[in-house]
Amino acid sequence: MADFGYGLTPGKGINLDDCNSDLFQKIVERSPDILKCIACGSCTSTCSGSIFSRVSFRRSILLLERGENREALNTLKGCMLCGKCFIICPRGINTRDIILTVNQYYKKELL
Amino acid sequence: MIADVLIIGGGPAGLESAACISEFGHKAVLIERESQLGGHLLKWDRLFPDSIPSSQFCERLTGNTGNSKVITNSNILSIKRDNGRFISKLTTGESVESKTLLMTTGFALFAAEKKQEYGYNLYNRVITNSDLEDIFKKGTVTGTEKPAKIGFVHCVGSRDEKACNRNCSKVCCVTAVKQAIELKEMFPESEIFCFYMDLRMFGRGYEDLYLEAQTKYGIRFIRGRVSEVSEDINGNLIIKAEDTLISKPVRITLNLLVLMTGIIPDQDNSNLIQQLGVKLADDGFVYSPDPLYGSGKTNIDGLFVAGSVTGPKTLPEVINEARSTSLEIHNYLISKD
Ligand code: SF4
Ligand code: SF4
Ligand code: SF4
Repeated sequence: MADFGYGLTPGKGINLDDCNSDLFQKIVERSPDILKCIACGSCTSTCSGSIFSRVSFRRSILLLERGENREALNTLKGCMLCGKCFIICPRGINTRDIILTVNQYYKKELL
Repeated sequence: MIADVLIIGGGPAGLESAACISEFGHKAVLIERESQLGGHLLKWDRLFPDSIPSSQFCERLTGNTGNSKVITNSNILSIKRDNGRFISKLTTGESVESKTLLMTTGFALFAAEKKQEYGYNLYNRVITNSDLEDIFKKGTVTGTEKPAKIGFVHCVGSRDEKACNRNCSKVCCVTAVKQAIELKEMFPESEIFCFYMDLRMFGRGYEDLYLEAQTKYGIRFIRGRVSEVSEDINGNLIIKAEDTLISKPVRITLNLLVLMTGIIPDQDNSNLIQQLGVKLADDGFVYSPDPLYGSGKTNIDGLFVAGSVTGPKTLPEVINEARSTSLEIHNYLISKD
């Protein structure tokens, strides 16, 4: 069938008017360094997991900031907590600690 | 009136040049088209990155023009070359005969209404960076209650071939960050978003200001150029862009939108430029035949430039250039004596 570009799936856009950044705010309280990210992508490119799965720390924190929590967590699933991204981050963000924090809230709030 | 140098334009470049040229012992006449000296400084409230009051800096410059003669409310009516000298007729009726000419005519801000998709002059809550400085000076936003959500659009009329300006205006990124912080201080409850294509924090202290905006003030940066603005029934603004870092379209309703209009050549000088035969570069700013070593020179012997007449510059750059061009003029004058 011809694809006219319409579908039953919900929109993929982000509406910042009803974005829920509660989870992000909680992470900011614990790890305020998350606000320093400049989206350089060093974390993702150095990540041993990123060749095998969609793990991207950079993308996940942006998604969290925009309230796209579910997708953010999916983006971290392949993480092996090796901490390479922490070593490489030019802003000195303790990425591994943030991933652990996200993981905790993930368990508490989304499952 | 006889002078060594006729300085055209009483903004920071012209004022600092007047002071330096006097110090070198030459006679300068400075003309300014407006009634007050200071140029764009008069419209600004505080200056990046250290928030020094613009008025304070302006007073410092206007307070020291040496023994130069200052003529305000005056423009060049006609200009011609006679025996190597410049004979300039002013709109105020005077005539100035000078050995050299210094153009410190500065820049103009891009007219935001030309980018119709952003709704300037169509929607009340769309303002420019310059309007915002006015608000800071007055200390209040008139007509609207406290804006809860505020957006900044970077690169309005810059890096935009359709707007006839493909260059970066250089100072608007840091200005947006400065203004975002100031708005956040004015309205601590507000949420502020900057829509940018690249963030150009090249100067000393700029990156720190950006970091402070992120961490201390919680300003949110979204990489993506705003594609359209529309007004809803309540007069709020609906903004659309792509969040290019996560490849998703975003939309948001804002109560105030600030357009970061860019720096373009000032068309008011086209008459002067034509009469003198000043060569312009592709970008419309005055051409520099020796940009690395003699930034004050032009294609015409005896005609010098300083400041943003050769493209966007920061204030410290303008001040330094005014001083270096003054030295070039000094060397030129003594070589002719
Ligand atoms: S800690 Fe996780 S996200 Fe960071 S590099 Fe290692 S596997 Fe990748
Ligand atoms: S390396 Fe650091 S600054 Fe760069 S994207 Fe990752 S978290 Fe952000
Ligand atoms: S300084 Fe920033 S806002 Fe201004 S034109 Fe350059 S990139 Fe755009």
